[in-house]
Amino acid sequence: MSASDTPKRSMRTPLGRVRSLGAAHSGTSDFWRQRITAVAMTLLMIPVIVVIVMLFGRNQAFAAQTLGSLPIAVIMLLFIVASAWHMKIGMQVVIEDYVHHEKLKLVSIMLNNFFSIAVALASAYAILKLSSGV
Amino acid sequence: MAMSIVHRATGIALYVGTLLLVWWLVAAASGPAAYANVQAFTGSIIGRLIVFGYTWALMHHMLSGIRHFVWDLGYGFKANEREALTWGAAIGGIALTVLIWIIAYAIGGGR
Repeated sequence: MSASDTPKRSMRTPLGRVRSLGAAHSGTSDFWRQRITAVAMTLLMIPVIVVIVMLFGRNQAFAAQTLGSLPIAVIMLLFIVASAWHMKIGMQVVIEDYVHHEKLKLVSIMLNNFFSIAVALASAYAILKLSSGV
Repeated sequence: MAMSIVHRATGIALYVGTLLLVWWLVAAASGPAAYANVQAFTGSIIGRLIVFGYTWALMHHMLSGIRHFVWDLGYGFKANEREALTWGAAIGGIALTVLIWIIAYAIGGGR
């Protein structure tokens, strides 16, 4: 949309400019990604649970070997990416619903991004380290 | 109504609980000593409660999420369908959690 080509005057009405953008002012892309990641995690849930149950009570050597094997590493990585993305969006929705102070809201959303990315990268790094056998 | 806030609450719990998952994966990548620390925690009473609670939160959030997904697709809005979806998610979440832990203790190694 190039509605901002003429910043002072626009043919778009104020309502037209904000319609369908919602409380986040960003439209429905997060709504859609939240559903994609939810479906992805639901599909991955059975293999992930099987892996975790398999590792339950076993020692580190077995855990490292299992998590590092190629198919399981890929499943875990997919699950990590989907869950970190999903929880980032979900927490942002919660923040936008309950935190009304604008600056506090922006800081919270920023911290939410940092936390989610840190969780994703730390987990992914661990899986990659195990599968590369370093 | 109540289920909607439970969906949100379990989501927040799962968010915080990812720290435990990160700790577990990083420990597995770090070595036996670090892994033993995680197992000492998850094997303690409080640790078992947290992991069991985490399993329930995950199962409930998933089933409750599927319920919302059905509604997103435009189905299940009749009174009896809403009831069935809601009770299905609530009971299913508990049932799956118990089932997973029965299987984990039955076939899971070393414990």
